[in-house]
Amino acid sequence: MPAFTPPPLPSDDKRWKIVNGTMRKNGFARHALIQTLHTVQSAFGYLDDDAITFVAKSLRVPLSQAYGVVTFYHYFSLKPPGKHTMTICTGTACYIKGTDKLVAAAEKRLGIPQGQTTKDGKISLMTARCVGACGRAPVVLTDGELQGQMIGEHMLEQLERWAVE
Amino acid sequence: MTREELDQIAESVRAENARFDHEINVCMGTGCLSQHSDKLRDALNGAVSASGKRAMVRRTGCMGLCAAGPLVLIDPDETLYGHVKADNAEAVVNSLGGKPIPELQCDLRDHFDQQVHVVLENSGHIDPEKIDDYIAHDGYQALVKALTEMTPNDVIQQITESGLRGRGGGGYPTGLKWGTVAKAVGDMKYVICNGDEGDPGAFMDRSVLESDPQRVLEGMAIAAYAVGASKGYVYVRAEYPLAVARLQNCLRDARRRGLLGNNICNTSFNFDVEIRLGAGAFVCGEETALIASIEGKRGTPKPRPPYPAVSGLWHKPTLINNVETFANIAPIIRKGGKWFAQIGTEKSKGTKVFALTGKITNTGLVEVPMGMSLRQIIEGIGGGVPDGHKFKAVQTGGPSGGCIPNEHLDLQVSYESLIQVGSMMGSGGMIVMDDTSCMVNVARFFVEFCMTESCGKCIPCRAGTAQMFTLLSRICDGSGTMEDLELLVDLCGTIKETSLCGLGMTAPNPVLSTLRYFKNEYMEHILHKRCPAGVCNIAGAAVVEEAPVEVLA
Repeated sequence: MPAFTPPPLPSDDKRWKIVNGTMRKNGFARHALIQTLHTVQSAFGYLDDDAITFVAKSLRVPLSQAYGVVTFYHYFSLKPPGKHTMTICTGTACYIKGTDKLVAAAEKRLGIPQGQTTKDGKISLMTARCVGACGRAPVVLTDGELQGQMIGEHMLEQLERWAVE
Repeated sequence: MTREELDQIAESVRAENARFDHEINVCMGTGCLSQHSDKLRDALNGAVSASGKRAMVRRTGCMGLCAAGPLVLIDPDETLYGHVKADNAEAVVNSLGGKPIPELQCDLRDHFDQQVHVVLENSGHIDPEKIDDYIAHDGYQALVKALTEMTPNDVIQQITESGLRGRGGGGYPTGLKWGTVAKAVGDMKYVICNGDEGDPGAFMDRSVLESDPQRVLEGMAIAAYAVGASKGYVYVRAEYPLAVARLQNCLRDARRRGLLGNNICNTSFNFDVEIRLGAGAFVCGEETALIASIEGKRGTPKPRPPYPAVSGLWHKPTLINNVETFANIAPIIRKGGKWFAQIGTEKSKGTKVFALTGKITNTGLVEVPMGMSLRQIIEGIGGGVPDGHKFKAVQTGGPSGGCIPNEHLDLQVSYESLIQVGSMMGSGGMIVMDDTSCMVNVARFFVEFCMTESCGKCIPCRAGTAQMFTLLSRICDGSGTMEDLELLVDLCGTIKETSLCGLGMTAPNPVLSTLRYFKNEYMEHILHKRCPAGVCNIAGAAVVEEAPVEVLA
């Protein structure tokens, strides 16, 4: 059997080298699929068709299986995120402390449902299933930074600051 | 690494610490970090240098009382300060050796005195990123003892004697599980640590991994020795970046110290651990789904048997335990199974860590002996419901558990007793609800969670949870009928009996338990179109929220 040669990198973007590094570290084994997708997402912010195809080919995983994995796990995103991301935790403790009102207020302010990005690409509104900071509920993540005991007013002020940036 | 070398490291750490008159421990868990305890630490460092006092500032893991963060603990006087800001740094340093600052001091003897710390014994006392700090607190003594003085059978014997049961929620006897994997035949065996804490409202595993990661690793290594495994995986949620970073750091240090790798402690025992990141799927907490995820596949469960103990990761015998279970191992080996078995009730031994959240004064992490009453946990340690509201229910067991009402507050917490009242131990989330929570809406919240988290493999769970959600939504918005309620109860039974894995089998629990204790609230919604707690928007009854079409197919 001829030795397997991985496909060439999709472009000379340096980030592909990082992606390739993860696969090489795992000996291009099929089970490295999720690890590799994590690397792609942290390098590029999301997973597009080119990325999924490249990873699937490199790891010799059927494209259908790679796509199945990407869509199965909530953590992976197929759309590019906005410039800023507001993630509202909707875990039980946050729910008890009224996080649904925060979500509704943010949806109203941005004019988009949760899980989407504003048309100008500035702000993404996401929800998370518990970030494990229940002691500080309700919690939001502003660009990944955790903010506890959030009240609607402060969240809207933050959205306002991002919108006029 | 030998025992003498361990003692030497411990001695040098103690000698180093003895140079200081005061130790200022700053909590740098996720909760306190979100309130800028990193800046506080820098400010404290600056203030100490300026004052010329012989004090050390130490980064520690979670101290438990997240509500009062950022927390600072001064040793040796054991003064605890809460809500400390960077501006307070100078005052804190000035007070060293003198009187404590009354405005910042937390008087929480009720909160801490009733707790028994086994799993959390080092949390808040050691720097989680320094392996030597762990070694100075008896770290890795248990591993050295197991490897040099005990046979694998002796180890399993001790664990069995301790009566330890799985802390992930199932409560399966740990010794029995280890014995099965040890007896299983295979050239390769694996040990997996389940840190996929998807249960919303629970953060014990995150806290343990952030505060004392070496302890988990030591537990895994002992387990690997006992069952004959040479490779381990820690499966952690990607949503816990700090825990992942600290684990990576701790793996590197353990390898450097020769506590992981080949010929550990100059024996023929080899063991190494890799981290695998979850990707946001609640079902991956189920062991067969978790194994599929490590193999790089979609996290769908498989029917059991065969159990992972016989055929798990890559069809090899695999031991899976929860983070908290592994965190209990080192103290058991160090102090003996009999010591551990003294704590707790007849069938549930040891302690349990609970994440106390919701409408309660002292939110945070507590560790109590099994058998303590819910009342003591909520009213004593938790400080009761704040703002003059009335306690209504406590929810345990996450989306698989149930709501326990006031009348059962004197229940002694154990695996069996919680199941008797229609809930379960679960991984340890304890969410307190007061009179502002609508129990029908709570049930709907959990069912929605199970609906979106269902992996879709089996129909009862995929379609059943969606139908439950539709029925509950109807009741919530006032358009529900008595027939809907009947159908809901019927559906609960079907889903419970016919689902493939734990997610589906326990998904009806929140509905059944709220129906059992709060049926009047359901009736109010259906018969009088009224939400007693004022949560549900009954006026907007025109729009019926239904489950998305694709999940019904």
